[in-house]
Amino acid sequence: MKDEVDHSRRQLLTAATVGTGAIGVVFATIPFLASWQPSARAKALGAPVEVDASKLEAGQMLKVVWRGQPVFVVRRSQAVIAQLGNHDALLEDPKSEDSVQPDYIKAQGAARARNPEYWIGLAVCTHLGCSPLGAFEPNNAYQVAGTDLGPNWPGGFYCPCHGSKYDISGRVFKSMPAPKNLTVPSYAISATARVVIGVDNAPKTTT
Amino acid sequence: MAAAPESAGTGKGGRLIDWIDQRFPLTKLWREQVSEYYAPKNFNFWYYFGSLALLILANQLITGIFLTMSYNPSATGAFASVEYIMRDVDWGWLIRYMHSTGASAFFIVVYLHMFRALLYGSHRKPRELLWIFGCLIFLVLMAEAFMGYVLPWGNMSFWGAQVIVSLFGSLPVIGGGLVEWIRGDYVIGDATLNRFFALHVAALPIALIFLVIAHLMALHEVGSNNPDGIEIKKHKDANGHPLDGIPMHPYYTVKDLVGVAGFLVIFCGVIFFAPTFGGLFLESPNFEPANPLQTPPHIAPVWYFTPFYAMLRAVPSFWGTQVWGVLVMGAAIVVLFFVPWLDRSPVRSIRYRGPLYKIMLTIFAAAFIALAVCGLKPPAGIYPMLARVCTVLYFAFFLLMPWYTKIDRVKPVPERVTGHD
Repeated sequence: MKDEVDHSRRQLLTAATVGTGAIGVVFATIPFLASWQPSARAKALGAPVEVDASKLEAGQMLKVVWRGQPVFVVRRSQAVIAQLGNHDALLEDPKSEDSVQPDYIKAQGAARARNPEYWIGLAVCTHLGCSPLGAFEPNNAYQVAGTDLGPNWPGGFYCPCHGSKYDISGRVFKSMPAPKNLTVPSYAISATARVVIGVDNAPKTTT
Repeated sequence: MAAAPESAGTGKGGRLIDWIDQRFPLTKLWREQVSEYYAPKNFNFWYYFGSLALLILANQLITGIFLTMSYNPSATGAFASVEYIMRDVDWGWLIRYMHSTGASAFFIVVYLHMFRALLYGSHRKPRELLWIFGCLIFLVLMAEAFMGYVLPWGNMSFWGAQVIVSLFGSLPVIGGGLVEWIRGDYVIGDATLNRFFALHVAALPIALIFLVIAHLMALHEVGSNNPDGIEIKKHKDANGHPLDGIPMHPYYTVKDLVGVAGFLVIFCGVIFFAPTFGGLFLESPNFEPANPLQTPPHIAPVWYFTPFYAMLRAVPSFWGTQVWGVLVMGAAIVVLFFVPWLDRSPVRSIRYRGPLYKIMLTIFAAAFIALAVCGLKPPAGIYPMLARVCTVLYFAFFLLMPWYTKIDRVKPVPERVTGHD
């Protein structure tokens, strides 16, 4: 046994101990951080939702809940559908290229719907997640939530939180706080306007 | 005054103190931190707000503990349990209004406390860390207040949480996953409420208390600044005490009690006669339960967040993302941390600074108040443009500080504090 202290040996042991301990602490945090992820129960509640949209009149809207989020189901009149492509120059993303939707919706262009008569989309503003309001009447001075939507409002959605405006296909106008068009979820729609939100192909039914 | 620890060694009480002192530094702590902590003798009105913040912290802790006893942190039970506290629990209404009014009072005194630092240069060397601890306290306080506002699970709680949590979603790449991780669900729900409750009643208060202790330790290490912005430690008497200093106890404990009395008159007035303060302290949409399908027609955060919220709204989205508004809002807080190094003036106090700083500080204060108003109003009419202008002015105050404080005309600084002979 030597009397003097071997400092380099002591430093190596200290560094090795601290290093091992630090790695252990990092791994020990994983269960705690992972416990914040959606639980198995929350995941299980994300099942598809079925709605009968045929009872809507043109210009009426239904809000349903899918995965805890509000979803718009809007019936549009033929007159509204005919005008859909007329204001593309005013829109931020008229072809929905930077927005979120299934490919079969994007392929529909201005209608953004599998059946142009029924528009379905998440009622969640792409800015900060507020729920926009329906503002369907084309009007020279459309008032919603105390705010004048301005002359020649073509009809669509208005988010009361930060003033984002969307057209009736959920496409956002230029220079709005919201950067993207309203998200369209996967859905299937039958000839009798039965909508199943959360799946791409309707499950086989007897009707 | 301070009879017990000072007179150690005499009488029965003194012998008890002696017994303790041999095992725990009680008398030493009392002397160092209180009875022989010398503070400048020229403190004015602006120096009330530090001790008032401490009083409100105590109020929040005590009322908060009692609210926890009757509150139910679940999406189905939260709103009803708050109504239960208000209607069925004896004096529950008082305890809740003390807590909710205390939250607003906390921000009032903290904003005034921070403004005092900008007035008299309390952030300058050697008090940079003291200032940084203060900024961290402000940050934790904002998180604490936000999560506390979610707990009643009213409709504004729900949609406020939705908006603020969605802020993180605008971050590139990690945004979506991060939001899901914070919420613990695909929407704001039970999981979110539960974890916010845990953070609000346990994690953040513990962090807050530690930071307040660090803030006070840093203060007592470097000593208090004063309205003249000069170091009182430069001139000491034969005992080594600053000539312009007086012991915190009894002089400032008594002075602060006057501040406490004045504060409590106003505080109790609000609690008893205007607890919602016209919708500013408790917003009317929050008196209906959370409804995930119905955003309130006009969302505004509680008044103390509105300046920052107005900045968030003032910035439009471009390049396909709205992260810019979030970054501006974050930068508005982060820039505070750098103030000790942005300020290049040779003097500390506004008393000896030139016109440039006075003008800039006035513009800054006006812009901050204007932003608060903008954040309360719907984003229409004059307000979006006003918010943009005021956001620029807010940042101009900080980012131009290295230049205008340097070229500003200054007055000669006195050797000793003024106005007290």
